[in-house]
Amino acid sequence: MDPRRGPLAVPKVRRVGFFTSIEPSPETPRPNRSLSGPAEAITSSSPLSDSPSGQFISPVQIPPSRHHSDNLASRAAPVPVPGPSAFRRQLANDRALHVGSYNPVDSLLGTSPPSSNGEVSEDSGSLFGFQRSDSAKLSASFPNGGFDMTLRVRAPQESEAKVAIASTSDGRKKNVEASGEGESVAAKPLKEKETKSLKEKTSKAERRAIQEAQRAAKAAAKGEGSKRAGESSRPKPSKPAKQPQPKKEAPQATSSVSEKRAVSVEKERRMDVPQTQMQYDDKSRVDKAKRRSVVEQTESKNKVELFLHLPQYERGNQLPNLSSNIFSLDTIHHAVYKVGLQHLAGDIAGDNARCIAMLHAFQEAINDYTTPPMKDLTMDLTAKINGYVSFLIECRPLSMSMGNAIRFLKNQIRKLPVDLSEPEAKASLCSEIGRFIDEKILLADKVIVQHAVTKIRDGEVLLTYGFSCVVEMILLYAHEIGRKFRVVIVDSRPNLEGQKLLRRLVTRGLDCTYTHINAVSYIMGEVTRVFLGASSIFSNGTLYSKVGTACVAMVANAFSVPVIVCCEAYKFHERVLLDSICSNELGDPDAIANVPLRNNKKHSKTMDNNKNLQFLNLMYDSTPAEYISMIVTDYGMIPPTSIPVIVREYRREDLLL
Amino acid sequence: MWRRSASFVLDKHHNNKPISLTPSLDSMAEVNPNPNPNPNPNPISAYYQTRAKHHGIVTSDWLEQAQAAVVRYPDKDSPVAGRRPFSVIEEFDCWRQQPDLAEAVAAVRALAAVIRASEATTMMELEIELKKASDTLKSWDTTSISLTAGCDLFMRYVTRTSALEFEDFNAAKARVLGRAEKFGEISYKARKIIAVLSQDFIFDWCTILVHGFSRVVLEILKTAAQNKKLFRVLCTEGRPDKTGVLLAKELAKLDVPVKLLIDSAVAYSMDEVDMVIFGADGVVESGGVINMMGTYQIALVAHTMNKPVYVAAESYKFARLYPLDQKDLEPALRPVDFGVPVPPKVEVERSARDYTPPQYLTMLFTDLGVLTPSVVSDELIQLYL
Repeated sequence: MDPRRGPLAVPKVRRVGFFTSIEPSPETPRPNRSLSGPAEAITSSSPLSDSPSGQFISPVQIPPSRHHSDNLASRAAPVPVPGPSAFRRQLANDRALHVGSYNPVDSLLGTSPPSSNGEVSEDSGSLFGFQRSDSAKLSASFPNGGFDMTLRVRAPQESEAKVAIASTSDGRKKNVEASGEGESVAAKPLKEKETKSLKEKTSKAERRAIQEAQRAAKAAAKGEGSKRAGESSRPKPSKPAKQPQPKKEAPQATSSVSEKRAVSVEKERRMDVPQTQMQYDDKSRVDKAKRRSVVEQTESKNKVELFLHLPQYERGNQLPNLSSNIFSLDTIHHAVYKVGLQHLAGDIAGDNARCIAMLHAFQEAINDYTTPPMKDLTMDLTAKINGYVSFLIECRPLSMSMGNAIRFLKNQIRKLPVDLSEPEAKASLCSEIGRFIDEKILLADKVIVQHAVTKIRDGEVLLTYGFSCVVEMILLYAHEIGRKFRVVIVDSRPNLEGQKLLRRLVTRGLDCTYTHINAVSYIMGEVTRVFLGASSIFSNGTLYSKVGTACVAMVANAFSVPVIVCCEAYKFHERVLLDSICSNELGDPDAIANVPLRNNKKHSKTMDNNKNLQFLNLMYDSTPAEYISMIVTDYGMIPPTSIPVIVREYRREDLLL
Repeated sequence: MWRRSASFVLDKHHNNKPISLTPSLDSMAEVNPNPNPNPNPNPISAYYQTRAKHHGIVTSDWLEQAQAAVVRYPDKDSPVAGRRPFSVIEEFDCWRQQPDLAEAVAAVRALAAVIRASEATTMMELEIELKKASDTLKSWDTTSISLTAGCDLFMRYVTRTSALEFEDFNAAKARVLGRAEKFGEISYKARKIIAVLSQDFIFDWCTILVHGFSRVVLEILKTAAQNKKLFRVLCTEGRPDKTGVLLAKELAKLDVPVKLLIDSAVAYSMDEVDMVIFGADGVVESGGVINMMGTYQIALVAHTMNKPVYVAAESYKFARLYPLDQKDLEPALRPVDFGVPVPPKVEVERSARDYTPPQYLTMLFTDLGVLTPSVVSDELIQLYL
């Protein structure tokens, strides 16, 4: 029935599987990505089109000749026989080539704005394709995540950088091999073909360069693996660096010393492959981050081994410290500072509340902002926001929804017309933020309430877990319009957020039952609907919510009680989450240890000094999609399988480009 | 605890709810009624009246009830008929007489006729008129999912063109009419498309279980038989209106080996079945289907025995509904003839359809292609949002 749909709206081409570009926008033609070869295919195997390469279109187009003569020809020159040895050789080979041939990249990097060059470079280290895919989002949810600015400047080198990434680091080669084996096989025929076609085109000098590179690579492959890293950074003098490099402001920084180059390549690699969170089990990075940080944090003592990669700091003791040096920190706007302290102290809890508070603070900060002389508002404001964000992260890790909101804000800043005067730009930004709060959060909640109420019928028993403001609104509204129902509030230690909900519902005259999660399997028998709030929902339908939610959903599923998740669409996330380990937040371990009404003195003595005892206070968990019957969002009631549809169809216009 | 369970509460709730009766009842009243054993005559879903008429299956109970209902509700709710010479309902009824035409397609044709007969002079007027007509049609039978969905889709398809505002009215009207007719044509051809698409799934020497009578399923099987495929069909009886018997009759005409089962023999014969094919009254947003009573249990049995379950449904049956459980639907009631008098004080479950959740379905054959259940929501989001 395709003809029917054609004129309905914008004709939509469904793209299944792996595609990188959204749609080549007319004013910014994008380089043909498929040209940049198999290594990139390996690293950027993200199903979503939001990869940085897709998102940040380079203002300058890469001359295709460069791809041909260097990237592919050099890469394809080695014998395209599948097999680890060939693969490795090839990697070593083009690693060498790239390092040698892309001086301008390095130098450019060196001159890129330091503000945005900050933490990201340290925090990003991994090579997995999926992490790359959401670097756009990461830029937001990231300490200081400023690379969207830098990327924009450096975009022309991006594809090369990626190739370099894929090939440089020795330790990661295994990774590449593992993840890319399937693709590499698929890529091989293509490579072969290209080799053929390109061989004719390459000039004599280039062919010789390739040959030499191969020889060098062979030698490298023979040598020990550990040596390879050093070798890789050896410059290749034979490599002609005659390509027309699109430079912006790159004075040849003549980093002829090979080590320097290696460092900067390494740096760039990190910048281009960010991750969601800093891996806190990486010592050097943590140290660096600490040096920069505003908030002084003390690490907790007995860490749980599985969660070493998460920030583990003791809460509470930074607060006096922070509030004392409020006057010394002039880089952070006071409104942001206030919100940060509130997050830290736990005065603002709940995703929506935190997000709104943060956006209001940004609004204020933007209002008070004046562009320093000789600086560009777009660049400088983004750097400022990055600073604020990294401060907020130090106070408490961002939630997914806040990450999305920051990403929205940065895109707004980026999209500002150049000819706008400063007051106009500020006003427009503030109104955009206001619109985001109104439309995406407040209005969305109202719509969700309207939808969800249709699923509450007379005589039902509704169960909810913890405290979610949307669920509260739904229950109150249903009561208001005269539905007769009963509410079961399931709560859990240590936060006991459910008590807040209980208090509010009981004062409004709802019939409530309050219990702890221990009794959930008992109480579930009489429940007819489960309403849950969400912190985020991922593309595979996984619900990321307060810890304990998965338990409730699974018990409900076992009792075949429908589980309804209420979530605003701005919290949807295009990433995929499989477990609760990779992405989580650790709460205060003492909150678990300290039980009220217990002889605390004796208790804490045995607890504190015990090396064998670790407390794990997880804040979130993930619920697989099969336990969710329905998601109520501002776009209506959808099954969890439709999250990617919403992300694909609606988020693009708001957040991207 | 069972008293507190919502299903109990809701059941009572639904049984007491009055359902507006449709005006087309009197046409069936001429057959001689039997003594009525059923103590509580309730209004009947108009959708099932149409079905009954098309399939020529008239139960005695049902007629009795129809008559009783007509006596109780005099024919007062024909809102359009008196107001203007042209009536959507009449037009719709006229189209509906054709047994091969699905209800939704009839509605689409009727709506196209509304445009043709319209005397509106502006686009806005035309749109309002169309909206009114579609609302009338929808209220004609609130229980029919395909009717509602078909009307909604028609409105979407016909009125959502950006160019309309800039054109001269007559040209725009002609365009709308053209689109309307095209939509009618597409809907009409949907069944053929599905039949062609589904041929890949029917292999030689397979055994297919079907439930009830569905014109799409019949079309599929007919096409398969014409393609010289060798297969066997097991037909359930399809109580209480015995639609399965009708399907068996049609298939026997095509020389397809058919075996009739009583509805309760499904699990017994499931191990010799290779695939299950259903029609659908409506396809809902979760990807599940609403279909004749008994579909759910067959799907459950098939799922347990790892047999593929296919659903053939035209895309105009895609509805923006999201039932969470069986009772979450507007119940379409119909009479149930037990053959023996039902003792007094005994309740009778008279709901005519059930909801099959998407996890028990393998594939949906639609005119948009062969889809997994989760794509339905994708399509609906693209169509409606």
